[in-house]
Amino acid sequence: MFKHFIKLEWKSFFRSASFATNLALKIIMGFMAIYFMVIFIAGGIGVFFLLKEEAHMEPLATVNKFLIYYLVADLVIRYFFQQMPVTNIKPLLTLPIKKNTIVHYTLGKTIISFFNILHAFFFIPFTIVLLLQGYGFNAVLWLLGVWALIYVNNFITVLINNKNSVFYPLLIVVAGLGAAQYYKLFDVTLYTQPFFYGMYSTLYLFLLALMLAAVLYYFTFVYFKNNLNLDTGLAKKSDEAKTENFTWLNQFGTLGTFLKNDIKMIKRNKRPRGTLIASGVFIFYGLLFFTNSIEAYNNPAMQVFGGIFVSGGFLLNFGQFVPSWDSAYYQLMMSQNISYREYLSSKWWLMVIATVISTVIASFYLYFGWKIYLLIVVGAIYNIGVNSHLVLLGGAYNKTAIDLTAGKAFGQKQAFSFKNVLIAVPKILVPMLLYALGYFIYNAEFGCLLVGLAGVLGFAFRNKMFTIIEKVYKTEKYATIAAYKQKN
Amino acid sequence: MIQVTNLTKRYNAGTVVLNMPNLEIPKGQSFGLVGNNGAGKTTFFSLLLDLIQHSTGYIKNNEVQVNTSEAWKPFTAAFIDESFLIGYLTAEEYFYFIGDLRGQNKADVDAMLSKHHEFFNGEILNSKKYLRDLSKGNMKKVGIIATLIGNPEVIILDEPFANLDPTTVNRLKKIIKELAEDPKVTILVSSHDLVHTVEVCDRIVALHLGEVVKDIQTSPETLKELEAFFAV
Repeated sequence: MFKHFIKLEWKSFFRSASFATNLALKIIMGFMAIYFMVIFIAGGIGVFFLLKEEAHMEPLATVNKFLIYYLVADLVIRYFFQQMPVTNIKPLLTLPIKKNTIVHYTLGKTIISFFNILHAFFFIPFTIVLLLQGYGFNAVLWLLGVWALIYVNNFITVLINNKNSVFYPLLIVVAGLGAAQYYKLFDVTLYTQPFFYGMYSTLYLFLLALMLAAVLYYFTFVYFKNNLNLDTGLAKKSDEAKTENFTWLNQFGTLGTFLKNDIKMIKRNKRPRGTLIASGVFIFYGLLFFTNSIEAYNNPAMQVFGGIFVSGGFLLNFGQFVPSWDSAYYQLMMSQNISYREYLSSKWWLMVIATVISTVIASFYLYFGWKIYLLIVVGAIYNIGVNSHLVLLGGAYNKTAIDLTAGKAFGQKQAFSFKNVLIAVPKILVPMLLYALGYFIYNAEFGCLLVGLAGVLGFAFRNKMFTIIEKVYKTEKYATIAAYKQKN
Repeated sequence: MIQVTNLTKRYNAGTVVLNMPNLEIPKGQSFGLVGNNGAGKTTFFSLLLDLIQHSTGYIKNNEVQVNTSEAWKPFTAAFIDESFLIGYLTAEEYFYFIGDLRGQNKADVDAMLSKHHEFFNGEILNSKKYLRDLSKGNMKKVGIIATLIGNPEVIILDEPFANLDPTTVNRLKKIIKELAEDPKVTILVSSHDLVHTVEVCDRIVALHLGEVVKDIQTSPETLKELEAFFAV
């Protein structure tokens, strides 16, 4: 039986959308994978010496202290990104296979998931270093214990999959604990550290972790098996829908019609919602640049880089997938009573509005001085004037359908083409160069002026830009429709 | 209303999927397209809507060449498949969206919908479901009714009878017949079902491997003729 399963897996892996792309993308994905592995291995080895030599702390104890947060962070990442393995079960149900086998197989699949294997690249090197540094055989027991806890996370993720009502309270509790520790009110690590350390110092405590993993496996198994019906566990989750009219947007005419739709799209679909959240995070990304906390960011060119990102989070994140957001019903858009220009300009306005809102929210950067905020405002001007058009232009070459309901972006191939990369360059590099130029010729304000002027110039040529973009969209129309249809 | 001249659609490998030297559909006709899978029905409709690129020739929709101008869009409405629905909207929102695009306000759309209350069979409006969660049949109902919004002059329905329950099929036939009586409305319907098509269309064209093999004005003998043609 498992021979068949393995065959299926093999095919599903090598025939998946992310593999059936061009060679360049495969190579880049390969590099990404290697990059992550190297980072983790280097982390595993480095953290020991870093803690010992630089911070003068006992490495294992320190790792154990923060292990609880590591595990929680892992859980959060999994919650958002780890794909649940239920999708391929349906066709198996009517075949002569025992339910138990199916459940074991699906759970077994999660065990070799990337999200579990990745940690091995950190913990195994770390344990090897421990062994070499004379921590003794117990380090292996510790590794086993931690490993079991990683799997505990794995099964928890399966159990609470998509249950926001469980996940968010959990997240709030953990965030609260973190804050309490930071403000020295209550230190949860005082309680967790002894346990983690105990997996090293005693011969039996690691068994507890193993048992926990085994028990969770059992519960997940039972849960899955009981829900192995089309109308329960495998049912498509559907939310109760409420009709919303947003009549206040009617005053904007056709533009309002599209805005209404885009707002609903962002509100009701996981994937675009995630993009919106990511854009929110971008607003705070600037803290790294403007608080001088990272040395590499501490130069004029990088500062304007920060400015672009703070105001342009939504523009860059959302905009890069225009028109893929509408891929599921692109044929409708192309045959309805819509002209390309109206369609594009509605997307443009959405990005502009979001940029303005981000800039207003980012006004708290005034705390770091008006010069910092000026950078952000200038970045916003450049975003509106130049980047918004570039993003739309890049979209014309965007041939990747987006499954709005999938929610978990991970594993979905990113839109990638050489043209897109070429178009992406001026989004960031040009303002950096302009600012640096102004900065070194005269002063920082002059640099800001140059970037701002570029933005205003772009805005002035808006109509011309739109005509060009519209033309490109028209030439790409058939290829885009064909590409989007393949996914559907 | 619709004029096809030397139209061919060829894919890279050289296979011709559609070859229509000449076809003219006068205004007000109800036009049925029948044929087996792969006969080119959907290809023809997609070309008519400028969703795919033709290899040679051209199509004019009310004197507008469809692949060079967008001026045919205001008076043409189509429902090809579920990709014409916006999954995250409720049925009402979808109708109002189409209404907005076609210059119909909410009251106009509501009035139109109330006429088709029976067709929805109480499962569509106020159902608290997004379109993506509707059954195939109900999706189809939404798509079909949406094409009627804004009184379009050309209505294109691909396989409208598929997936519908028997009662709804009869109701749909009634709707199409009513539309067919309107001299301003040209309606194009494709189907696998010869009986339904013969019943609602003035004229029937049968496609086989991309070629027009029959072009008949509907008469009492039409069904027999078609059945003989498709007999095994």
